[in-house]
Amino acid sequence: MATVTAGIIQSSIGRKYLMALSGLFLCTFLIVHMLGNLALFKDDGGQAFNEYTYFMTHNPLIKIIAYVNYAFILLHIFYSLTLTIYNRKARPESYALVNQSKSATWSSRNMGILGSVILIFLIVHMRTFWFEMKFGTMPTIQYDGNDMVLKDMYSVVAEAFSQVWYVALYVVSMFAIAFHLYHGFQSGFQTLGINHHKYTPIIKNIGMILFAVIIPALFAAMPLYFLILNL
Amino acid sequence: MKLTLKVWRQKNAENKGEFKTYQMDHVSEDMSFLEMFDVLNDDLVRKGEDTVAFDHDCREGICGMCSMYINGRPHGPLKGTTTCQLHMRHFKDGETITVEPWRATAFPIIKDLMVDRSAFDRIIQAGGYISINTGNAVDANSTPIPKLDADKAFDAASCIGCGACVATCKNASAMLFVSAKVSQLALLPQGQPERHQRVKKMVEIMDAEGFGNCTNTGACEVECPKGISLENIARMNRDFLVANVVD
Ligand code: HEM
Ligand code: SF4
Ligand code: FES
Repeated sequence: MATVTAGIIQSSIGRKYLMALSGLFLCTFLIVHMLGNLALFKDDGGQAFNEYTYFMTHNPLIKIIAYVNYAFILLHIFYSLTLTIYNRKARPESYALVNQSKSATWSSRNMGILGSVILIFLIVHMRTFWFEMKFGTMPTIQYDGNDMVLKDMYSVVAEAFSQVWYVALYVVSMFAIAFHLYHGFQSGFQTLGINHHKYTPIIKNIGMILFAVIIPALFAAMPLYFLILNL
Repeated sequence: MKLTLKVWRQKNAENKGEFKTYQMDHVSEDMSFLEMFDVLNDDLVRKGEDTVAFDHDCREGICGMCSMYINGRPHGPLKGTTTCQLHMRHFKDGETITVEPWRATAFPIIKDLMVDRSAFDRIIQAGGYISINTGNAVDANSTPIPKLDADKAFDAASCIGCGACVATCKNASAMLFVSAKVSQLALLPQGQPERHQRVKKMVEIMDAEGFGNCTNTGACEVECPKGISLENIARMNRDFLVANVVD
């Protein structure tokens, strides 16, 4: 087993497997995260959302998945850096004139930049919500029909999303995610060796419709919704 | 037609290179790109100047020796065409054409537009063959091969090893070339005994030669003069995983 993993990790293709596996895992996480957050749109003073937050932070299975998720983000970032460094070394002197507008999509040529925007977003995002939830002093709230006192994440979210700069950062970052996944989702399958005349077009469509449009649009709608509520 | 050529001139791998501009006043539309360079070199000889070094051999689009990066694209603007088969009618009168060598760590410049592509040879030497004596030709029907497999193997085998895939790739990755050479054997019964060993060794040498990591931009497939498909890269990725797990 050790030699199998060593053989894989030391090779260019092996590093790409890890990129692809971590990337695709993050994609499934995005779906769950987005579906859960839809509770924000429920007009009940944040009860549904706060109960969902409580569930997500207390269910042991979810906790394990969350830690796997953090590990995968770090892995993904680590290998994206290694990949970029290797690839710079593979062409130290660049061309005077490059014309790739016809041969490769803009997304595919800018994955590193798009990823870096996502990384900045992730740091801000984790600081405001995850860090506060875990280590900050949160306001609490109790709802009728639920005798538990819950941390009031809803009001933290509402507060954050009342700031224009914060909402702007969110919307820009969702564009970055959209373009990152427009290339990344289908690229992950190709890296893992899944390329099929019947299924690859379906995979590409899922990437385009679900990951490059629906998910980022719904995520972007959340801060915009709060901003408009606050007007 | 009249053309301005901006050509990369570089003495050898160690020296720094630079662009030199040449004015071409009598280019025929029917010339191939290489024939235009023949005319330029003829002029340079007459003037007692150093000629532009470039690779070529068959001039029929089948050997893979020609290799110029023309206006930001390997083998120029035409799809499915090598530099030797590119004709000047595809350029506009008065145009400025920028010509550079393939650029990659694994392809050091020998002189001007000529690069050393022997890294490809070493990848082939690592496993791109079948190590059995074939003996007499056997009856074709004794080893039935599905038509689709035979076609795919043949498509992969049509790679001429020109290196345009590496040249165009933003990561200077050689995955399209290596996957074509892995696939042409992996798809046929004769390639099975050494299938796992082959993919492992060829990938190992590919990495050691300093090619970059594939990020599936797909530029190679578009620029490849032989239309080698990305499907081959997926097949190699699959084989590489299986080979590492099984062997
Ligand atoms: C929500 C977070 C993210 C998701 C869902 C995601 C998803 C993906 C996927 C599916 C791939 C394709 C994998 C492959 O083909 O091998 C990928 C590639 C990549 N990602 Fe991410 N990623 C995320 C965050 C990031 C971050 C934070 C960075 C950078 C710091 C980054 C940088 C890259 C790079 C450089 C590639 C390689 C380009 C390529 O393979 O085409 N990603 N990502
Ligand atoms: S795959 Fe295409 S571009 Fe690459 S070496 Fe072969 S023929 Fe040339
Ligand atoms: S010279 Fe042989 S392919 Fe161009």
